[in-house]
Amino acid sequence: MVGDAISHAVLPGIVIAFLFTGSRDSIPMIIGAGLLGVLTTFLIEFFHRYARVQADASIGITFTWLFAIGIILISVFAGQVDLDQDCVLYGEIAYVPLDLWLTENGLSFGPQTIWTLGFVTILIIAFITFGYKELFLTAFDPGYAAVIGISTTLWYYLLMTAVSLTTVASFESVGAILVVAFLVGPPATAYLLTDNFKTMLVLSVIIGIIASIVGYYLAYWLDGSIAGAIATVTGLQFALAFLFSPTHGQLFKRKRTIAV
Amino acid sequence: MKEFLEFFSFADANIRYVTIGSVLLASSSAVVGCFTLLRKRALVGDAVAHSVLPGVCLAFIVSGTKNPLILLFGAFVTGWLSLILIDYITSRSRIKEDTAIGLVLSVFFGIGILLLTSIQHSGNAAQSGLDKFLFGKAASLVGEDLIVFGAVAVLLLITTILFYKELKLLCFDVTFAKSIGFPVRSLELLLTTLTVFAVVVGIQAVGVVLMAAMLITPAAAARFWTERLGVMLALAAVIGAFSGISGAFVSYTAPAMPTGPWIVLIVSMVAILSFAFAPKRGWVARMLRRRHNKIQILEENLLKLFYQLGEQHEDYFSNRTLDNILTRRNIPKTQALNGLSKLKRQGYIQRHPDGWALTREGEIRGKRVVRLHRLWELYLTQYLQLASDHVHEDAETIEHIITPELEQKLMEELNYPALDPHHTKIP
Repeated sequence: MVGDAISHAVLPGIVIAFLFTGSRDSIPMIIGAGLLGVLTTFLIEFFHRYARVQADASIGITFTWLFAIGIILISVFAGQVDLDQDCVLYGEIAYVPLDLWLTENGLSFGPQTIWTLGFVTILIIAFITFGYKELFLTAFDPGYAAVIGISTTLWYYLLMTAVSLTTVASFESVGAILVVAFLVGPPATAYLLTDNFKTMLVLSVIIGIIASIVGYYLAYWLDGSIAGAIATVTGLQFALAFLFSPTHGQLFKRKRTIAV
Repeated sequence: MKEFLEFFSFADANIRYVTIGSVLLASSSAVVGCFTLLRKRALVGDAVAHSVLPGVCLAFIVSGTKNPLILLFGAFVTGWLSLILIDYITSRSRIKEDTAIGLVLSVFFGIGILLLTSIQHSGNAAQSGLDKFLFGKAASLVGEDLIVFGAVAVLLLITTILFYKELKLLCFDVTFAKSIGFPVRSLELLLTTLTVFAVVVGIQAVGVVLMAAMLITPAAAARFWTERLGVMLALAAVIGAFSGISGAFVSYTAPAMPTGPWIVLIVSMVAILSFAFAPKRGWVARMLRRRHNKIQILEENLLKLFYQLGEQHEDYFSNRTLDNILTRRNIPKTQALNGLSKLKRQGYIQRHPDGWALTREGEIRGKRVVRLHRLWELYLTQYLQLASDHVHEDAETIEHIITPELEQKLMEELNYPALDPHHTKIP
């Protein structure tokens, strides 16, 4: 759920970055959103640990608060901000090819978003490859990780920065809410299919890719939002895994209990 | 000021609608939110809010009209379904609850967006306005909406009052509720239904994302001020109503301002101030308490040192220098001096040119600490069979906590002993 919270809470960061630079340039926006992402994580922790607010409530309060600030900022500077609420909430991936990255002498490098997303993807892959051991340990055995000298707090915040980065990069294309489907769906599906962490990583990437392709055609067929369609497919995939997974599926579980 | 008066005279029908609508909505969802918060399910409101969208779209596709009742019905069905699904996924697989919530809400929302865009692209002229479910339209509430809001608010309040005892038990002790024969499953279903109701109606005013705040933020703020459920419910409703009015006021003075986000902003500020400054549970109050405890411990430790020095020399009231005092225990010098001057002000010690000396009161308090320490050591060795060299650390802590009543009990239990396990006298 922290991913969900971050994806909503980065909104003021994006708006502020936009107000400072006056352009829809990706880099300042990513920085602004990244900062807000870390701030969100910090606030959630702070409310929970120091003010003893229940964990789920502290998440809910933080992100709605920041999101409200974001919307208000948009309304205050409505004349100057070329962002609208619809785009923030559900984006439109179909416009990606229209936003080309042109150099000053007119050379086209293709859609700008592809470059941003590509860069972020490489960054994330690098982050996971180099930090694999630390991330793995922090996720599964924070106690042991702390004993062998890994700063769990540092890695937690790094991971959350990565989450914010991904969120912001996907923001323009899919919006703040559907990015959650992409963050949570494939891993949850993979989690039902395997017990090995590495397999789970690879599997979730494959599931994500399949969802995007199938989703695209579904959207084309229904003449609807592509992001929405991808999220729908993600849900279907999870439902399939939930029912038919060889190890954790509902059907096999039932059969097994009957056989016993 | 003029605007203020204008607003609060409620002469303008529109102001009246917006304000009353916001207040009804904010306070009724705050009351329901208290229960979801206490059941540690604060985020389900968020899930329901997002899951409402496909229901609205489906209802529109099926019926072809924008009749609010039909749309609300559709919203209700999918909102409810999403909660059932979350429960089902969490109980039947190893997916954790927060993952299930995130998954269900985003997938439902995705389906909703897919349907919504599909409807919009289909060129059906009647579709415009469906997206008010996304962002809310508190500022354009009209009389009709008010009737719906009012009805739902009254319904929610009445149900809460009728089932107050049952819901209370459900929040605090499910096992007990089960054992005395309460229909726990149906009660849970009732609470779910209430939540969905509050969300479905509220969402039209504040929109998908902010609906979660209307449920949990007032409840969380109220939780910091009281330990009683009844008070908490009332307080949450008041906080909700207050932010409802303020939000309406802000958007009245500055027409470009969206009402919903302002309501949420104000309610969040109230909540954050409550987290910080509420008496007892607030952050500041806890910090102060901790500091107070620390000072008390320091003072008692110093007095204890005086007393122990007195025991050594069999003379409790003569001068001790600072070095003298700190030989037995390593307290940082500045801290010790601080504590000493505090003790002087309270009249427990007196300042002399070359040091400090206990007063009569100081001697009594120091003696008591030493006695408690030794009593506890004895108690541990006699009743828990701990070795006598293991009990000191524990006694160091407990000596500051034991109350006079407990002291009396200990004395009785140990038969008014004279010596501690190290064979020193218990004063």
